[in-house]
Amino acid sequence: MSNISRDDVANLAKLARIDLSEDELAGLAKELSVILDAVARVQEVAGEDVPPTSHPLPLVNIFREDVVRPSLTPQEALSGASEQEEQRFKVPQILGEE
Amino acid sequence: MINKSAVEMAEALNKGEITSVELTKAHLKQISEVDGQVHAFLHVDTQGALEQASQVDAKRSAGEKLPALAGVPLALKDVLVQKGIPTTCGSKMLEGWRPPYDSTVVRKLKENGIVILGKTNMDEFAMGSSTENSAYGPSRNPWDLTRIPGGSGGGSSASLASFQAPLAIGTDTGGSIRQPAAVTGTVGVKPTYGGVSRYGLVAFSSSLDQAGPCARTVLDAAYLHEAIAGHDPLDSTSINAPVPAVVAAAKDGNIKGMKIGVIKELQGDGYQAGVLKLFNESLDILASLGAEIVEVSCKYFDYALAAYYLIAPSECSSNLARFDAMRYGIRNGQGSAEEVMNATRQIGFGREVKRRIILGTYALSSGYYDAYYGSAQKVRTLISRDFESAFKLADVLVSPTAPTTAFKIGEKSNDPIAMYLNDIATIPTNLAGIGGMSLPSGLAAEDGLPAGFQIMAPAMKDDLMYKVGAALEAELNTKWQGPILNSAPTIGAK
Repeated sequence: MSNISRDDVANLAKLARIDLSEDELAGLAKELSVILDAVARVQEVAGEDVPPTSHPLPLVNIFREDVVRPSLTPQEALSGASEQEEQRFKVPQILGEE
Repeated sequence: MINKSAVEMAEALNKGEITSVELTKAHLKQISEVDGQVHAFLHVDTQGALEQASQVDAKRSAGEKLPALAGVPLALKDVLVQKGIPTTCGSKMLEGWRPPYDSTVVRKLKENGIVILGKTNMDEFAMGSSTENSAYGPSRNPWDLTRIPGGSGGGSSASLASFQAPLAIGTDTGGSIRQPAAVTGTVGVKPTYGGVSRYGLVAFSSSLDQAGPCARTVLDAAYLHEAIAGHDPLDSTSINAPVPAVVAAAKDGNIKGMKIGVIKELQGDGYQAGVLKLFNESLDILASLGAEIVEVSCKYFDYALAAYYLIAPSECSSNLARFDAMRYGIRNGQGSAEEVMNATRQIGFGREVKRRIILGTYALSSGYYDAYYGSAQKVRTLISRDFESAFKLADVLVSPTAPTTAFKIGEKSNDPIAMYLNDIATIPTNLAGIGGMSLPSGLAAEDGLPAGFQIMAPAMKDDLMYKVGAALEAELNTKWQGPILNSAPTIGAK
């Protein structure tokens, strides 16, 4: 039986950058325990000898010539921004004060 | 005209019996009359659609040779970006956002002269099976407005079933094209992974997501499939190979001598009796047309749902990190960038999206990675092997699309596990990256609601599902004396 606590969810939410209310923390702790119990059965058949598949196609790196081609104008690229200044995205403070 | 097939509409346009502007106006009228009740659309682009239609009409009058579907209207799932048109993915996070570019699917639709009526409702970021997770309220099933139209692409399926559009685009990560098609009596196809470009498709689970055609007939779906498919240098997972000849296959429909494999694990417990009865009747029809029915076993399919609900949330937790309140989308809160990010994601994401991000974060976190995400990836290998073995015994594989007909709105919304079970028969194809189609199999005896018949084909052999689907559809339409949607209740009569 998976036992995910309120504090576990709070830590995951911190990693995922989402503030959660006390109600959400409690609710998700309960739901996650149930879901994890249901999905943990993948371990029953995941033997050492089975290779993992991350993707349905065999992926290879695809290269192109590094040449200038049409792209969004600065105005278009910034069209969805909450705030902008001097053709840049304006964001809240990222680094500490010191 | 609005209850004709897209192919019939295209013929009428070619013969000059109707113009694209008239056809588009007829659909816009239907939208204004019924969508207050159905809620298939999140945004209707009246002006843009009419402009596009009049351009097609001008070209046709000038004698230009036009693509097959030129002038026919379409409803676009709100997960594909269209330049200048609001794109929300059913989320508050993107409320008011107008993308500055076209997705490749939209570019191809425009090149084909297909008129885009507007954007359809969906579960938030395509996570769900009912559209109840849309931040803008659920869509309703035209067969019974108290029931779900499937999900995540329930807006697209509902628009088709209520004659608001003859064609629609969906995306399918675990069944989001096929299950909505099944519960609304329409046709939906998830092409082979990599068959249709994902450029401009807002990512949920990148190794599973695939856009595809939704329609009311197999042939309509085939024409739309050919319009949107093909290699795209802007999507590095796009397959560089010719598009399977799906239109020719849908016109052919000769299945004599084909081997059709019934997957033992995708029936029985958990499947509604009426759904299974219709499935078996469809098998009898295919046998009567000269196909050989064989039973195949895919023993690891029992683990597919569990693997999916680790892989999809893991990829989503990473993909949805892009919604950081910095460059586009809503911004909420005060303080540092991180505080603003946390506060924005709290109000921007709904319950199911948060649930999956947290689950994915857990499955990918150090100490649990091997046990959860790693094991799920191994199951993915086992499921692909199951398909490989099965395709040695059969040309295509079949199953019911969804275990039940449409359920009531609200019936399963508080039970994630019950909701996830809707996708039990559709998920394996996404994990293996192969194609799957759903077409109507009839109305279930218990409730008179539509059920779906699913056909799966090996990678890049999408034409085989169209061949089988067209053959079955023709026989069923004869039996029903017309398309199944003729039996649907009329909406709008008050």
